[in-house]
Amino acid sequence: MDILVENFFNLAIMQSALPTVLTGFGMTLLLVAVVVPVGFAGGLLVALVSGARSRLLRWPMIAYVDFFRAFPPLVLLIFIHAGLPFAGIDLPAFAAVTLAFFLNTSCYYGEILRAGIESIGKGQMEAARSTGLTKLLAMTNVILPQAVRNVLPDLISNTLEVVKLTSIASVVALPELLYSAEMARSISYNASPIILAAGLYLLLLWPVVRLLSRLEHRLAA
Amino acid sequence: MTNPYLLDVRGLHKSFGHTEVLAGIDFQVAERELVFVIGPSGSGKSTLLRCCNLLEEPTSGTVTVDGVDLTAPGVDINKMRQRIGMVFQSFNLYPHMTASGNVTLALRKVLKQGRAEAAETALAALERVGMADKAEAFPNELSGGQQQRVAIARALALEPKIMLFDEPTSALDPELVGSVLKVMQDMRESGMTMVVVSHEMQFARAAADRVTFIDGGLIVEEGPPEQMFSNPTFPRTREFLARVAHA
Amino acid sequence: MNDWDRFVFSFFNSDVIEQYLPSIVDGFFLTCLLAIQIVVAGIALGLVLALIRSLKFTPVDLLIVLYADLLRALPPLVLIILFYFALPSVGISMSGFTVVWLTLTLVLGAFAEEIFRAGIVSIDKGQWQAARSTGLTHIQTLISVVLPQAIRITVPPLTNRTIAITKNTALGSVVGVGEILNQATTAQSFSGNASPLMLGAAAYLLLFIPVVVFGRWIETRFAWKRQ
Repeated sequence: MDILVENFFNLAIMQSALPTVLTGFGMTLLLVAVVVPVGFAGGLLVALVSGARSRLLRWPMIAYVDFFRAFPPLVLLIFIHAGLPFAGIDLPAFAAVTLAFFLNTSCYYGEILRAGIESIGKGQMEAARSTGLTKLLAMTNVILPQAVRNVLPDLISNTLEVVKLTSIASVVALPELLYSAEMARSISYNASPIILAAGLYLLLLWPVVRLLSRLEHRLAA
Repeated sequence: MTNPYLLDVRGLHKSFGHTEVLAGIDFQVAERELVFVIGPSGSGKSTLLRCCNLLEEPTSGTVTVDGVDLTAPGVDINKMRQRIGMVFQSFNLYPHMTASGNVTLALRKVLKQGRAEAAETALAALERVGMADKAEAFPNELSGGQQQRVAIARALALEPKIMLFDEPTSALDPELVGSVLKVMQDMRESGMTMVVVSHEMQFARAAADRVTFIDGGLIVEEGPPEQMFSNPTFPRTREFLARVAHA
Repeated sequence: MNDWDRFVFSFFNSDVIEQYLPSIVDGFFLTCLLAIQIVVAGIALGLVLALIRSLKFTPVDLLIVLYADLLRALPPLVLIILFYFALPSVGISMSGFTVVWLTLTLVLGAFAEEIFRAGIVSIDKGQWQAARSTGLTHIQTLISVVLPQAIRITVPPLTNRTIAITKNTALGSVVGVGEILNQATTAQSFSGNASPLMLGAAAYLLLFIPVVVFGRWIETRFAWKRQ
């Protein structure tokens, strides 16, 4: 028992690692604040284009989505980070992470939003158009609000995944939460900083998981 | 001493939380009898029926079926349920199985019949409700009336001593009600003991041996249909019957 | 050498490709092996936990909920690092492969449990009552009546979740598992050339494009059931 506490829940080590880990936590929050809106906006574009009537627009978009969904996000990140320099493009870590996340999450948000838009009956668009709204206005004021509400659990669930995914930025040495904790661990030879980081992830994400369970069970009932 | 009643309910109470739905019911049904249970919605008639096969656990009181007290400790309730058939308002057919599959499931799992034997028993039961030609149809390919007849066959196949009907025609389009009542009439003529919760007063008048009126979790009065419908004792019964007649 | 030649030399270098193709192929098969073991164990774990939870034994239920919550809230990479770098200090040492398999199995198990559970709960109460009224036991009803219907509803979300989690096998490269990504980056740093990365990308496309298309097909095939 003592050895467990000593190695995993060592308060002294946690205390000395706290500033580093908190700075990392700040970086994680910053990363989330950038990649979630960017990914969502990309997803909106993906959804609108892949729902278009023209095949010339639709098919390339479906190909784009399936192509980037086939890659594990870490693979995209590593390839951008390690591969692009060979083409003379050397992105800083934060930009590389943002680009990788954009390519990945825009596809997932896009698929969810497309399903949401498809769940709204044709009558809504027809009714809106019959009152003189343009297609775009009808989409933004009538269809999308309903679509988003219909797929809200999926959107929240995907956002949860995106937040967890920011931990892979540690692999390209972006000093976010996991990276900072891992630094502190390798300096102290003690796992307590990782536990501390896990605690911070839980603090941030456990409420979201609870919320999702509620939403899913309410929909199922 | 043998119990003269096939179904004998004594001092039955049932509460959900603080709400008392059944407030002390004594209710007996003799062999080959058809008893109609009527009453306003929320009066507890469905709960009474569900207590008769312990789908609802009584808060207190006893339920004796075919001489066995279901509420006694150590009773194999699953074995007893074979002898108590139940038909539901919403049919509750298994949507992933054919009509025949719906009927054979309990034959195979509860009575441990072999596949061929169960299929044969099922076909005979479906024959009795006029659904033999639809044995291989899935529920979503059947009308409401047909689904309900398959549900009756599912219960009948286990050769129950008594059948409980929980508003069997309430979910049906009016033109389909007749086919289900016809099956119930046939069952009555073949001597089945039946308890029916229903608003089909015409059918009650024609087929029931006895009508029981429940309100507020208690039996208000009971008697033969002619007396209950033409000359009920209590104002509450009269009011209810007047309302149903106008509906 | 003009720009185009330089680009081909860096990204599609036939000498480098020839040299490192075998190791990428090794990585491909290791990724497949790891993924299959995760899918089988994770889904089985989730199903068993969901069945246990449907027995409504409160203390056990709470433990399962706690487990599912934790593993859904924590990034898998955090767990992998914890298991791989921290557990040896208390005398538990596992290979990178075992750590990744264990972590992702636990994660998939947590998600699958929630998905199966939601499916079981969504089945109408009347199905339970009808089956129990014919004398079937709780377990018989669960297995023969409720689960077959619940599984239909769970197929699309479970497929998507499974695909997402098997892609996390790439995290194995962080703890030295010789899967595709690890082989590709190792070869890239040895050769000083990006061609192995292209090979790795091709391997992922070969493996996951069919899976993603299959997932899309499942979505539309089962869409009618989700109303």
